[in-house]
Amino acid sequence: MRPVVDVRGVTKIYDLDGQSIRALDGIDLTIDPGEFVAVMGPSGSGKSTFMHIVGMLDRPTAGTYSLEGTDVSQLDGDARADIRSRRLGFVFQAYNLLARTSAIENVELPMVYAGVPAADRRRIALEKLEEVGVAQLKDHLPNQMSGGQQQRVAIARSLVNDPGLILADEPTGALDSKAAESVMRLFRDLNEQRGITIMLVTHEPDVAAHAKRVVTFRDGHILSDATQDRKAA
Amino acid sequence: MNTRATLSLAMRALLRNRSRSLLTMLGVIIGVAAVIVTVAIGVGARTSVQQQIASLGSNLLIVQPGSVTTSGARTGYGGASTLTPADGLAVATLPGVAAVSPTVTAREQIVAGTQNWQTTIDGVAPTYTFVRSWPLASGTFFSEQDVASAAKVAVLGQTVVQNLYPDGSSPIGSSILIDGVPFTVVGTLAPLGQSGMGQDQDDTVLVPYTSAMERLTGQTTVSALDVSASSAASVDTVQTEITSLLEQRHRIVAPQPDDFQVRNLQDVAAAASSTGAIMEFLLAGVAAVSLIVGGIGIMNIMLVSVTERTREIGLRMALGARAKTILRQFLTEAVMLSTVGGTIGVCVGIVGTLLVSLLAKWSTVIPISGVIAAVLFSALVGIFFGYYPARKASLLSPIEALRFE
Ligand SMILES: Nc1ncnc2c1ncn2[C@@H]1O[C@H](COP(=O)(O)OP(=O)(O)OP(=O)(O)O)[C@@H](O)[C@H]1O
Ligand SMILES: [Mg+2]
Repeated sequence: MRPVVDVRGVTKIYDLDGQSIRALDGIDLTIDPGEFVAVMGPSGSGKSTFMHIVGMLDRPTAGTYSLEGTDVSQLDGDARADIRSRRLGFVFQAYNLLARTSAIENVELPMVYAGVPAADRRRIALEKLEEVGVAQLKDHLPNQMSGGQQQRVAIARSLVNDPGLILADEPTGALDSKAAESVMRLFRDLNEQRGITIMLVTHEPDVAAHAKRVVTFRDGHILSDATQDRKAA
Repeated sequence: MNTRATLSLAMRALLRNRSRSLLTMLGVIIGVAAVIVTVAIGVGARTSVQQQIASLGSNLLIVQPGSVTTSGARTGYGGASTLTPADGLAVATLPGVAAVSPTVTAREQIVAGTQNWQTTIDGVAPTYTFVRSWPLASGTFFSEQDVASAAKVAVLGQTVVQNLYPDGSSPIGSSILIDGVPFTVVGTLAPLGQSGMGQDQDDTVLVPYTSAMERLTGQTTVSALDVSASSAASVDTVQTEITSLLEQRHRIVAPQPDDFQVRNLQDVAAAASSTGAIMEFLLAGVAAVSLIVGGIGIMNIMLVSVTERTREIGLRMALGARAKTILRQFLTEAVMLSTVGGTIGVCVGIVGTLLVSLLAKWSTVIPISGVIAAVLFSALVGIFFGYYPARKASLLSPIEALRFE
């Protein structure tokens, strides 16, 4: 089976006032289709840096990266934008919805960049809002929704172009435990029922308990990588 | 991403910040409105001066007495009493001259029944209507015979008719008193309206020049000679011929200055339109500067906007926007601001122009080419001043933009 993510020797060095910081140091990792991976580790261990490289928002200083069997390390900006648009879905800790823009328009945005015709955009956006259970909020502005509702809209947005991989950096970090639990159930349903591959960064063991596999980072290295029995649904 | 999607993205971004968008456009609105109003006034003034001069007939030459020096003080042109009706008759015999009408001007109180009015009395010859291409509205003009006998007949301008006959009755055949002397009205002139200098040309009474000299001014000289050349092409030759003829008649030799002046209306027209053009150019320049200031306002706001929306730009890139798409969106926003501002400015300018012509009674002409140029120029302002901020936005790296604080 062709892996979704295949990372070999990925290293990221930041240059800060002449001092080089090795945020990632030779990471090797493979993620297969249908996996649900939780990335854990202490603050500053390189989790977000790794997410950004896998999400093609940033480039590694060294190492190679294949996404769905294609080497994407050498691609230019436009090609990277197109892959982000068609193959990747992002969910952020701070939701990152466009302010003063309705839920449904937020969900439509990635389709605008992917060139989906206007009529289809509406329909697909509504479908995805239904799927994450907030269709009734489609005309609400971000500031008219709770954090949990906004994160659901953001998840709907990550789904619209049928991504091969969803990347979520602390998606429950700003939510209370109840809302966090319900968002995690949504991710889990998407993974189990739709077979969507998910990689998610978290600090909370409760959240990580929903994943099938937990990768732990420390100082830019992978400390452990273990499959686990999921928390009962 | 297609054009429609780009436009709708840009429009939504602008609508999210309505009041700021409006304030940003204000500079362009004012600039374009100023361009429209100034150009409309300039072109209007030039057109009306030209029409005025054309209505006088481009073949017209005016001979005026020169200035005189009394104890060292020189009067202006027309101050001397050197032109006589005989000069007029002599000029009329020149080849290339179609007609000559002497003019004797006086200002008098006139009375008709219970009404009275002060106006300009112009003593002229029957050729006057031809020379000035000024048709009659009713009645007849006085004849050579009336001139020979210094007949007490008069032709009234429309303003005088309105003031002396407010009930609308026909003035033909009635009697008016000019400076106490009874004159019979034989005709009325067609309305001519304001002159280029804003004078009411219809506020006049025409009488035979002999009657004016004998009965009103008591002088033997005339105030001017209106000469009509037989064709526009012969105007220059006729001008030199009149000059040498009058120099001869007035016995003026080389170093002595002429005691008269021959003016060619074509020169006056050219001078008027060239001063008009210079004014227009200056005004349009000032207006264009204000438009550029408006453009700098747009650039300023777009730069602030790029900084403020850095995280938004990062998000859009994360969601699949290419650098070029970001560039196009921000450029479209700038151009939209400037062209929508330009269009509103055109509307404001048209309203302002109408107000000016309504309140100040100035004639104005809004040239379509000016409107199109103003809108195009404001679009250019948007492209020029929007490019730098837009490019700055598009060069951001997705991750740096997303993490921007
Ligand atoms: N733009 C940057 N410039 C310099 N150093 C950076 C930059 N981004 C991250 N780092 C450094 O790289 C290391 C890894 O950071 P990263 O954000 O990946 O940590 P993290 O595991 O996500 O931490 P947290 O759990 O707090 O989010 C840290 O030492 C951080 O200071
Ligand atoms: Mg982090």
